[in-house]
Amino acid sequence: MDAILLQILNGLDKGSAYALIALGLTLIFGTLGVVNFAHGALFMIGAFCAVSLQKLLSLSFEQVDPTRKDFLGNPLKVEVPYVESWFGPELGAAIIDWSVPLSILLAIPVMIVLGFAMERGLIKHFYKRPHADQILVTFGLAIVLQEVVKYFFGANPIQTPAPGAFSGSFDFGAMLGFDPDVIIYPYWRLVYFLFAAVIIAAVFAFLQFTTFGMVVRAGMADRETVGLLGINIDRRFTIMFGLAAAVAGLAGVMYAPILSPNYHMGMDFLVLSFVVVVVGGMGSLPGAVLAGFVLGILQSFASMNEVKAIVPGIDQIIIYLIAIVILLTRPRGLMGRKGVMED
Amino acid sequence: MSKSNLTRRGVLKTGAVAGAGVALPTIFTSSPASAFTNEPTGSTVKFGFNVPQTGPYAEEGLDELRAQELAVQHLNGEGDGGMLNTFSSKVLDGTGVLGKKVEFVTGDTQTKSDAARASAKSMIEKDGVVMINGGSSSGVAIAVQGLCQEAGIIFMAGLTHSNDTTGKDRKANGFRHFFNAYMSGAALAPVLEKAYGSERRAYHLTADYTWGYTQQESIASATEALGWETVKDVRTPVGAGDFSSYIAPVLQSGADVLILNHYGGDMINSLTQAVQFGLRDKQVNGKNFEIVVPLYSELMAEGAGENIKGVYGSMNWNWQLTDAGTQAFVKSFGEKYGRPPSNSAHTCYVQTLLYADAVTRAGSFNPCAVAEALEGFEFDGMGNGPTLYRAEDHQCFKDVLVMKGKDNPATQYDILEVVEVTPRAQVEYAPNHPMFGGDEATLGECNDGT
Repeated sequence: MDAILLQILNGLDKGSAYALIALGLTLIFGTLGVVNFAHGALFMIGAFCAVSLQKLLSLSFEQVDPTRKDFLGNPLKVEVPYVESWFGPELGAAIIDWSVPLSILLAIPVMIVLGFAMERGLIKHFYKRPHADQILVTFGLAIVLQEVVKYFFGANPIQTPAPGAFSGSFDFGAMLGFDPDVIIYPYWRLVYFLFAAVIIAAVFAFLQFTTFGMVVRAGMADRETVGLLGINIDRRFTIMFGLAAAVAGLAGVMYAPILSPNYHMGMDFLVLSFVVVVVGGMGSLPGAVLAGFVLGILQSFASMNEVKAIVPGIDQIIIYLIAIVILLTRPRGLMGRKGVMED
Repeated sequence: MSKSNLTRRGVLKTGAVAGAGVALPTIFTSSPASAFTNEPTGSTVKFGFNVPQTGPYAEEGLDELRAQELAVQHLNGEGDGGMLNTFSSKVLDGTGVLGKKVEFVTGDTQTKSDAARASAKSMIEKDGVVMINGGSSSGVAIAVQGLCQEAGIIFMAGLTHSNDTTGKDRKANGFRHFFNAYMSGAALAPVLEKAYGSERRAYHLTADYTWGYTQQESIASATEALGWETVKDVRTPVGAGDFSSYIAPVLQSGADVLILNHYGGDMINSLTQAVQFGLRDKQVNGKNFEIVVPLYSELMAEGAGENIKGVYGSMNWNWQLTDAGTQAFVKSFGEKYGRPPSNSAHTCYVQTLLYADAVTRAGSFNPCAVAEALEGFEFDGMGNGPTLYRAEDHQCFKDVLVMKGKDNPATQYDILEVVEVTPRAQVEYAPNHPMFGGDEATLGECNDGT
């Protein structure tokens, strides 16, 4: 029982990331009809917003310390961050410590602008082209973004720690009456899950309760009719692209302390997120969220030693196996609508 | 009426036989002018540096490239000469190799065996390299070593730590300067016993490929000899990213030591996540929970940041050593690139010089002559103390370093400290050791491509 609970908890944070990425993918597919293979790269760029802000806040000037030597025997140059010299060592260190949550403020405008630029600059030229063309161009874009990030930040993962207040873990098992130290869960993963829940709720509320959201939903159902009513649906869809980019970016920012960002993390998540979208049902927002969590948790279960002892290597193929089973039994996915991608 | 023996069929037959006869020599020797694969004929000779420039071990590969470029400069008489000044063999004089200027081409192994073979093949066939040097990952090293054996050129392995490279998969054309998993186990075990006692329960997370398996086997066997118990060994996919589902069950298992048989980006992630799960703050079986990373690298330590503090591991070499060879190398590398070299950079630099030295001593680029010059070669002044290239398996034998994450690093490069220099005698083993393929493992015949 405790082992099962442990893996459910474990699956929640991964599932949250899948759900957030898949939500953005579905938004773009539902509104613009574009299969966006660059969406994983947006997640990665979000994570690198956190890296950038951390680096920016840690920008330092060199102070020569004649009492110590560097590796070549020259006097050691000690790096003192500017923020520490401006705000005092304590406040300065605290600002650097909180760089990941602060990065949210940076990531929102950066991702929205990047989303606009991508849609207006490149993807809009591919609306009338076949899906295969869209996949190729967005996949190419993903590789370009990946290489740009690699050029500036190197190939190694970069440590982006969570604020000191959230480091470490809490004993979830002891709270529920299990033996101590059996079910432990890092604080930051809990923060990530709650953060994801808030973002998902906010996106649904935005689409459900605002006039803008209503028009977008109408446009998703029948673009032509909405256009005939004199509404500029294209501009709204561009805004939705920016919004989807921001959702992926925020998912990346907050994931940075869980998985040290590297340039190919987007690709790793992209493929799985596509499976999530297909399993959830193309174009279905609740389906994407549901499938994200379900697959995240099942993937965690599959990496249990007890399960791997029965079927070796199951942890690496479980998601695809489930996708096959679901598509065989429910060809439109869990919550797919009729008529999507079937014309 | 004259009777001629010439018939249409007869002419065709004769023509075919004659044609085959003419073609015969070029079928069996593709270029009859050269005595061995890619024999250098002009005033230059080309080396092939095959390193991961992308993928999970990319950072190591980039550092290897820096070192190889430096080695070529030193061979050609540029810069301060680095380790050429301290190397015990004095045949290299900075005028290239056998009077030929050294040039190099690079390939990207992508940390994948098939991509590595493809890039090595292209460097051999298109660029005409006379040797391949470098690489990070044993899966890649074994694949490329096999290819070089078939092609008839020398393979100087870079960072490869699996026992198999010079064990069951050893090849006559392949040479390894780097140490191996068995040596890590032999060096680490006494230090671990001193630090953590002889009653421990170890849980292994192991990268799912040749290096992970042999390291796990070596460490488990060395620690079990101390009296430790191996609770479980779980294999994890390379490049998994999130290891939390493998780390979460560790405490439940009753283990009090976690051994991470991971490398590069994987190790950075698994160690960070193990620390996030609070493993190092726990008490199990009345002891502090400990983490061990048997194979360390400076670049990984830099990536793992704070989490590395107090964690034990082993290394082939470290820039903090104080011998003359190390100091000469660190000085030339540090002045050129503004950072100290990693141990993978060191091994690739040394391998390049060792190859050039062997060619010069042999007086030929012929791979079989070079192999003979390397076999049983004893040298010093390359940062590891007296070193032997053992003839039976083409493995270098030298001291091994046991390292620990520093508690108070002074600079970003000063993250690890040398705890012990394990003497060479303590890490030696027989060429037919069971972990190295036993009696069945052989080098085979040297191949020069003819």
